[in-house]
Parts: sequence; structure tokens; C-alpha cells
Amino acid sequence: MAFTIKVNGTAHSVDVDADTPLLWVLRDVLGMSGTKFGCGMALCGACTVHVGGAPLRSCVTPISSVGNSAVTTIEAIHNTAQGKALQQAWLDLDVVQCGYCQSGQIMSAAALLAANPKPNDADIDAAMSGNVCRCGTYQRIRAAIHRAAGG
Amino acid sequence: MRKSLAVLQLHRRELLKIGVAVGGGLVLDVALPAPLRAAGRVITDAPLLFAPNAFIRIDPTGAVTLVMPMVEMGQGTYTALAMILAEELEVGLDQVRLEHAPPNDALYANAILHIQTTGLSSSIRAFWTPLRKAGAVARTLLIAAAAKKWGINPGACRARQGVVTHPDGSHHLTYGELVSAAASLPVPPVDSVALKQPADFELVGKPTRRLDSQDKVNGRAQFGIDARPPGVKIAAISITPVFGGKVKSVNEAAALAVNGVHQVVRIDNAVAVVAEHMWAAKKGLMAAAVEWNEGANAALSSADIARQLETESRHPGAVARNEGDAQKALAGAARRLDAVYQLPFLAHATMEPMNCTVHVRKDGCDIWVGTQAPTLTQALVAEVTGLPKDTVKVHNHFLGGGFGRRLEVDGSVLAARIAQHVEGPVKVVWSREEDIQHDMYRPSYYDRVSAGLDAQGRPVAWTHRVAGSSVMARYVPPLFRNGLDPDAVEGAAEPPYDFPNIHVDYVRVEPPGIPTAFWRGVGPVKNIFIVETFLDELAAAAKQDPVAYRRSLLGRNPRALGVLNLAAQKSGWGQPLPERCGRGVAVQSAFGSFLAAVAEVEVPRSGVVKVKRLVCAVDCGVVINPDTIAAQVEGGSLFGLTAALYGAITLRDGRVEQSNFHDYRPMRMNETPRIETHLVNSAEAPGGFGEAPTAIVTPAVVNAIFAVTGKRIRSLPIDTSLSG
Repeated sequence: MAFTIKVNGTAHSVDVDADTPLLWVLRDVLGMSGTKFGCGMALCGACTVHVGGAPLRSCVTPISSVGNSAVTTIEAIHNTAQGKALQQAWLDLDVVQCGYCQSGQIMSAAALLAANPKPNDADIDAAMSGNVCRCGTYQRIRAAIHRAAGG
Repeated sequence: MRKSLAVLQLHRRELLKIGVAVGGGLVLDVALPAPLRAAGRVITDAPLLFAPNAFIRIDPTGAVTLVMPMVEMGQGTYTALAMILAEELEVGLDQVRLEHAPPNDALYANAILHIQTTGLSSSIRAFWTPLRKAGAVARTLLIAAAAKKWGINPGACRARQGVVTHPDGSHHLTYGELVSAAASLPVPPVDSVALKQPADFELVGKPTRRLDSQDKVNGRAQFGIDARPPGVKIAAISITPVFGGKVKSVNEAAALAVNGVHQVVRIDNAVAVVAEHMWAAKKGLMAAAVEWNEGANAALSSADIARQLETESRHPGAVARNEGDAQKALAGAARRLDAVYQLPFLAHATMEPMNCTVHVRKDGCDIWVGTQAPTLTQALVAEVTGLPKDTVKVHNHFLGGGFGRRLEVDGSVLAARIAQHVEGPVKVVWSREEDIQHDMYRPSYYDRVSAGLDAQGRPVAWTHRVAGSSVMARYVPPLFRNGLDPDAVEGAAEPPYDFPNIHVDYVRVEPPGIPTAFWRGVGPVKNIFIVETFLDELAAAAKQDPVAYRRSLLGRNPRALGVLNLAAQKSGWGQPLPERCGRGVAVQSAFGSFLAAVAEVEVPRSGVVKVKRLVCAVDCGVVINPDTIAAQVEGGSLFGLTAALYGAITLRDGRVEQSNFHDYRPMRMNETPRIETHLVNSAEAPGGFGEAPTAIVTPAVVNAIFAVTGKRIRSLPIDTSLSG
């Protein structure tokens, strides 16, 4: 089945089954590898992208549900004020370790800041606890979100 | 002194690649051939490379390439190894680009493991001196080349930031300008060059930003799973759910009927469906409805394995340490304590699921993967494909977590066996369920510990019998001698305390069918838990404060005492805490580093343990990058704490019962304690560190739970129902 989706401002036509998760369309069909596969069940957040501005787990988001909503991935999040500030804060505090989960972490954090520009620790925990980091960078992620929020 | 082989013609194609790379920070996919030194001849008009050893290349533009012999899986080794090289080479970190080393044990073997393998917290210990010497050799040659041009004694010239300066300050030559001249000089023996004095270090010891951050925050970092060679197809895989089982039947026609599916590959213990993309492959695998002949392990359960360990650990094992007469001292002690500790199998659950991309051709094979063991990958894929080793190319990548899982090459071998049936490259991707249910597991252990105290409460006897699978015997057979696995007893055989009579032995017990492997923290991660929680029992039996008791036994171990005192001070040991809160302490000497930790926990009457604060004091010798030490304390301790609170792989009907992050649960941000790192200034040789914090955290937390509840936890994961 043919679908047209708008990813980072560009329209792409893809021919896949309607139930194909957005994750695999991005990674395997469009060749955009910044969005990561972690669990396939929305348990880890590594695949987080924005669809119409909302953070979604792309591993359980069927392509047929995307419609005309704009999809934003880690590759373009620097074009938003929150994304740019977060990426800089991540660098300033040297958040990353293996780095595999960090695309999803930054996408979740960008959605948080868009909705709540000055989150407190509890807000951050609530928004970010769906994103797993096996390297254990949580303390720095929390600090980097505060830093990006100017706090 | 041998003639330099460093000069070679830089082919136009390679120059173009490097040209693209220069200024781009980390560019890790440019793979110049490793044995650059063995190539080439001087063609004076052609651009030249200065490559005095396998770690450093400088081109005429001044671009410095550092080849990383160990792999980056989050532990920060690329930054630390680059700092060591850059320090002695006298270049800034903003002037270097890094490259993954190709597989080559002759050039890149880790001196501790004798193979090009990243593990056992050995990278800095193994490469600290060799990389300093490699950098110093290059710097010496560049200075000599400049001095020769100026017709002066090199001794008075100085190099800094990639520039050699004349003694009177009047002339400067950049490294790029010196490439040709330096490359024509004979390379001095590594032991003849002068290393920098620690007082002159400008990089080593300074908090330094990671060199791999930029690409890891913008999605550009390439992990093995991101490899996309032209024409690649994607394969989903189903491996026998019972260890040792075989494929019985596959509905190939149904799989092939799925839109996007190209092929079904059946090998003895697995079925792969090859498709346009992962979703088509997964649907194809579902449609294939694979059935299995389950084989001999079909009834295996965790209880069987526990029983086997309990039985076999009754017999004496290979002696790891025997001083004094522990049995006699135990018999004559004023008081005797005995305990049994049980630890579960653990999965690694790296964030990047197992995967490997392979292209097998008649004339060779390419492998795209993130591996801790590139030469082992090359050798075993060569073996399984029957191809000559030098035709098997390993393109290494960043690792989306290693933790020991990617020391194993079972995944690459399986992918290669599948790829043998596929035209063109195929990327085999494990689902999270396959990843957890076909891991190679941290062994399950059953340890027996006894101690005798004198009338004053001092330990007069200590015995510890370790029983479990030997990973060493399989992975590094030469190190498994006389039945003794040195890793399984690390942290148990040499506790830092004064024990006048000590006996430690090891009983090898291999579980049927369950593959075991190294797991972050290896032997010490369980031994430190046992030693430090049992020592806490001794302190309680002696009615002494846990810190004071440890101090009294560390008189001959000033580094261990130093970290203990620092952790106690920084944590506010002894100061009052709110109700239902308590502190626990632990000390360890492992991987060549000393750590002490104080954990502060809250145990509400509901029994749900909340770890609130972790204070870690560290003496790991010379520190390369203090920020990396702090990052490893933060991350390593959470890795250990995840296992302590939740980690267990259990078996039923021969199958692993856990499957994904809902039932093999990682810690999440809302559970994360405040973690503090305090460093001891030390001029001792650098110790290993990536795994050390994983070991220290559990005993500190378990001892803190005792402080609140009076209950001892001797098996993991922590049974929170005991805590109320």
C-alpha cells in the first residue's frame, strides 16, 4: 500500500503494509538511522519521534496512523529551539555514554520542554522515565534538561 | 634501529576520503589498511603520510588520525586513549580524528588479554604505557625533523599543539609541514624516547569532553545496526527456544507470501526470514510458524540448576588462596558465622539489540558489526564460512552497549551462516525477545562463606567457596589452570582486610545447555557483594560500627583505608537520618582500583526499597579523564543496582522466562539516586574502572537495608518483601 508521509519537512512515498511501524519505515525504507530500535513494544523509548509535535514510540506507531501529521526525528530536532538547546546541554554536560538511547532521550526531552519550558525534577522524571538508558546516564540527562531550560 | 617504513604513497582515493574527513571530528568509517607501515615507497612529489606506528597517522595537511585499538561502548575509552596519545604527541584534541582499528592482533592486541579485545576493564591498564610511548616516538621524530631542517640540536626544540618551535622562538614548523621529513627518519626504539613528566601533563588528569558526543546527540553516530551496505536486505530470526533444540518444521510458503519477504533460511537451530525491511521479515517469521524439536533440555528449570549448584558446592574445589589454617581457626573461634549466597543468571540487555550484517561472497566476506572482539569475529567467521582469514573484513562500529555481550561472537557466526544462503549483504537483527532469550548469561552462583571471630570480635578465620560456571575456561582457556578460574574468585581471594587464616576455593559447575559469558563487573561483581555483606555481618556480630570495623582491618592497606575514610567523610557517616532511612558501606579492591561507597536508602514499611544517595570514593591511580571516572561511577553503579533490584533470568521448560524490558526490568530515571564521585589524588599506575562501580553498589545498598530493617539479604535480586 502506498503512503505519503512528511518527515523533517520532506514528503516521502513508501509502499508498505498499513500496519508497518513508522520505525521501520524510517530506518529500513527511508534509510534514516538516527531513530533507534530497542524493544519493539514501547517499553524503552529509543525509537521516540515527534508526530504532529507529540512524542510517540515509532516502534508501535503504524504508518497508516501518521496521515498528514509532520514527523520530526533526531536528524532535524536541532531546527527547534528546544532541540538545539538540549543538544548543546547534552554536550556541555557530556551526557552520552554508548549513545544508543540518546536520540530517543533527546526527542522525549524536546517534547517535554515544548510543553513545559521550566520542568522540575518530578516533571522530568514523569516525562523521561519511559526512556531506558542501560549505561545509566539519567543523572546527567536530568541535569541537562534543567540546563537547556535555562535553570 | 630499523629503517622507517612509515613513508608511503597516499593514493588519491584515500586522500579524497581523508579530505572529506578532516575537520569533521569523528569520522569512523574511513578504513585505510592497517599495515600502512608495511606498504609503500617514497615518491617525493606525492603527498606522504607520517605513520611511525599503528596508532598515529599525520598527513601533509596536519590532520592527525589516531587509530583506536579498543572499542567504544560508552565507557569513554576513545576519549581517554586519544588523550594519552595526544598528550605525548603534543597535539590538541581538536586536531585529531579517530578511527576504529581493523582486526589485527599483531598491532592492536591488549597486553593484558593478549588479543585485540576490549573487556575486563583492561584498556587503560594495557595501553597507558604503550600509547604514551607511541605518542612520544612520533613527537621525537617530528622534533628531530624540524631540528634537522634548522640545523640545530633537537634537544632545545619544543613541540606544542602540532607545531615545533625553534629554541629562539623565531621559527615554527607545523606537523603537516614535517610529515615528509619525519617519515624519512629512522624510527627510534620505543624505550629510547623520553616520556613527559606528569607535572607537564596538559590533557591527562584534566576533565575533558568526550570526543564522541557530537554524533551521539544528532543521530549521526553509526552503530552496527545502522550499517546499510548497498543492496542490504533485513532478516528477522527465530532461534530454538530450548537450548540445544533444532528446527522441526517451517511453513516456508506462508512466509514467502508476506509482502516484502524474499527468502526463508533454515539452519539447524534457527530460521531467518529475509525481507525488504524488518517489519516484513517479522511478519514473515510469524507466518513461518516454526516448530521445534526441543531436545534434551526441554524439562530444565531454575530449580534444577540451583540444586546442581547446591550439591556440587559441597565438595572441595580448586584452591585460590590458603593462608594459615582457616579450618582450625574456625573450630577454635569464640563465635562462628556461616552463610550461603545465591545469585541468578543475568542477561546483558544492551540497548542496541544483537545484530550483524554480513556479505558472503566466493572470494571473501564483509562483516559490519559493533564488537568487543574484532579478531575473534574475523577468525570464527572465517572458520564457519571456510574463507581465508585475510578475506574476512570486519568493519567495526560504535557499540550500543557492550557489558560483555559483545565479547561473544555467536551472533556474527550465526549471521554469517545465514548470509551464506543469501545473495548480497544481509542484516540480521535480533528482536528484543530473541536478544534476552538467546543471550549468553552471567553465571548463576552458589557460594558458601564462613568466618570465626575471637572474643573481641576480630575475624580469625575466613573461608569462601565459590561455585558456578567458568567463563574463563571457555573464553581464555590458558588462564584456567588446575581447575581454578581466576575471574570467578577475583575479589574473593584477595579481600583487602587482615584475615590471619583464609581459605578460598572454586568449584566449577556448568549448567546443562545454558551458555555463560562475562557480564559487566565479572567475578568481582558478585564476590564484592558477598565479601562486603558478610563482613557487615561480622561487624554486627562484633557489635561494632561497619566503618570502624573495616578501618580496624585495613591497617595494611592504605589505599583501601583512604577511600573508606573519604567515603565516610563525604557521606556524613554517623550523622542522623530520617526514620526508615539508613546507610551502608562497602569497600573493594578490584581491577587495579580501590573504591568505597556509602549508600543511603529508605525502606518504607511497604518494603519498596528506594536508594536515595550513593557516595563513591575512588582511588584508581593516575586518572586520565576525571569526568569519565564520574560518568562510570554514575552509570556503572546503576547497572549493578538494576541487577540487584530486578535482575534475574529464570528457566522453565528449558526456556528463558523473561523476554523484554517489562519482565527483565532496567532502572529508570525516577528510581535514580543522587550519585557523587570523590577522587583521591594518586600517582599509582592507572587502574581499570569501567566495571568497578558495578561491583561496589550492591553490598553498600544491601548493608543499608540491614541498617534500616535488621534483615540480611543473601540472594539477589533483593527480595523487597523481606524489607518491611
